[in-house]
Amino acid sequence: LGGSCANLLLSHSQITRLYSRFTSLDKGENGTLSREDFQRIPELAINPLGDRIINAFFPEGEDQVNFRGFMRTLAHFRPIEDNEKSKNPTASEPLNSRTNKLLFAFRLYDLDRDDKISRDELLQVLRMMVGVNISDEQLGSIADRTIQEADTNGDNSISFNEFIKASFVLTLHTLL
Amino acid sequence: MNCFFSCKRLRKTGTLPPVFCSAELQSPGNVLPNFLTLIISLCMLPFFSLNLSNLECISEWATLRMELGAKEKNQELYKPYTNGIIAKEPPSSLQQEIQELRGSANSLRSEPEFEMADIFYFCRRGVESIVDDEVTKRFSAQELKSWNLLTRSNYNFRHISLRLTVLWGLGILIRYGVLLPLRVTLAVTGICLLLVLTTLVAFLPNAELRSYLSEKVHLMCYRICVRALTAIITYHNRENKPKNGGICVANHTTPIDVIILANDGCYSLVGQVHGGLMGMVQRAMVKSSSHIWFERSEVKDRHLVAKRLGDHVADKTKQPILVFPEGTCINNTSVMMFKKGSFEIGCTVYPVAIKYDPRFGDAFWNSSKFGMVSYLLRMMSSWAIVCSVWYLPPMNREEGEDAVQFANRVKAAIAAQGGLVDLIWDGGLKRAKVKDVFKEEQQKLYSKVLVGDSEDQMEDKRSEDGTPEGDESSKDPAEGQ
Repeated sequence: LGGSCANLLLSHSQITRLYSRFTSLDKGENGTLSREDFQRIPELAINPLGDRIINAFFPEGEDQVNFRGFMRTLAHFRPIEDNEKSKNPTASEPLNSRTNKLLFAFRLYDLDRDDKISRDELLQVLRMMVGVNISDEQLGSIADRTIQEADTNGDNSISFNEFIKASFVLTLHTLL
Repeated sequence: MNCFFSCKRLRKTGTLPPVFCSAELQSPGNVLPNFLTLIISLCMLPFFSLNLSNLECISEWATLRMELGAKEKNQELYKPYTNGIIAKEPPSSLQQEIQELRGSANSLRSEPEFEMADIFYFCRRGVESIVDDEVTKRFSAQELKSWNLLTRSNYNFRHISLRLTVLWGLGILIRYGVLLPLRVTLAVTGICLLLVLTTLVAFLPNAELRSYLSEKVHLMCYRICVRALTAIITYHNRENKPKNGGICVANHTTPIDVIILANDGCYSLVGQVHGGLMGMVQRAMVKSSSHIWFERSEVKDRHLVAKRLGDHVADKTKQPILVFPEGTCINNTSVMMFKKGSFEIGCTVYPVAIKYDPRFGDAFWNSSKFGMVSYLLRMMSSWAIVCSVWYLPPMNREEGEDAVQFANRVKAAIAAQGGLVDLIWDGGLKRAKVKDVFKEEQQKLYSKVLVGDSEDQMEDKRSEDGTPEGDESSKDPAEGQ
């Protein structure tokens, strides 16, 4: 794991902590986690976007995630430390940089991976977040207005750059 | 071996070495008599209370060795709990967090407003719960800060020193070779006596004499069982001991809880009818004193259960009922949701808090991993079972309080006394999936943020009282006892 550790920038103790968490979630004791293992966490099961977040751990078309994949996805969320900014500028961007965090969130919307959030995809996520409490028409108008505000090139969908601009108000340091 | 002794002898003279195992080995000629003394003194141990300070000495020594070893190799020994992947912030309500996200000052809106970045709130909560959540860790044994020389509590196996391995090997010898056989003998004696004597007492014609004798018999047999487990129990506030016509509620960690409480007073037990040895014990106990055993089919019928409990409680000559409202074993770091069934009966509730010290042997029964027999064997091969029992002042349901609120109040009192975390999650989540109701609550809260609070002022006030998790206590999907 040496090489990928350097890329993930996780400390030794963080890795051991994650590993013991991985093994405690792995009820089948076969070294991989399935979707059911994640669903067993009550706080995740009640999260409206729980299923999408779980999906983010699994590579395309697969049903099992091993420890490396588990670590890789979680490394996105390590808080950015100031002393990293002065490190080697030619190294590839660390996983938990702001851009990569935004990309993670973008992919929660963009299910078909065409690098665009269409109106349907936006509606799907909205419906997951509000459940049955808001009518279709209201939800539709919310989606339309959001696309209108964020879409700058007029293709009626939100690209990654437009997404970054729309999330500009956030201070990701405090949030993620 | 020598270390064990020097500690014992020094205890008698009143002094204690700080780190005593740098003592040299004695010459071989002296070893044999010392060894015999060790065996004989250990044989006496189950009959007198175990000298705990010896064990503490050894654990301290072991911890010190591990720390020194880790320092030598420049490694971190203790996993720093605060150095997580995500810096977790204290919980605030969904509304507050989303407002922070948007950086807006105006909290009430009439027009629905959605920001694409709202997703980050759910994202973050989700990933936080993947890294560490409050519920799943309650269903496995607690991790210890220092090793207590039991393989079962050694999570990060690393060879530190030869001396430690030797000591561990010696520990195995003592525990499995000496302590375990003695304890098993005692346990078997205790159970046999219970079966025989309760049956004998049942034949007596005089009811008063019968109840008096059955009390004595029960107490004696439970005391033998306690010795069999080498349970060292400290009872606090005995003046609050449960009285007839009440219900005693306690937090549940292990089936041994029953033995620990029954050691100090007589209770009527409630439970399902089992087969095999347990069934025999149950039938024998019922002959001389009144217990409430349910058939498997009757358990589902809440009214029947409530009626039988109510009838028992109404009869002031009968002993207090012992109930574990959590419904399942939790690992003694927290108290989970109390089922409201026993709190609906309307009698006095006597709360009891039980806290085990995990250093000498973890008492938690992980029923998905171990059956009853292997669990008991593990208990009898630990060093000892050390616990504290606090009897809390009796509580009654107050005016305008419903069963759920009363149950939560009792739970909070028990958690506060025992130093346990007070959770509202249901212990049944050990096996069952969480109900969709809670997800719908989250969705409802979020849609309020979007649409605004114009229509639902009343509901909003109720749901704003706590964190999103706090809302779940108002919905009680739990089954009655």
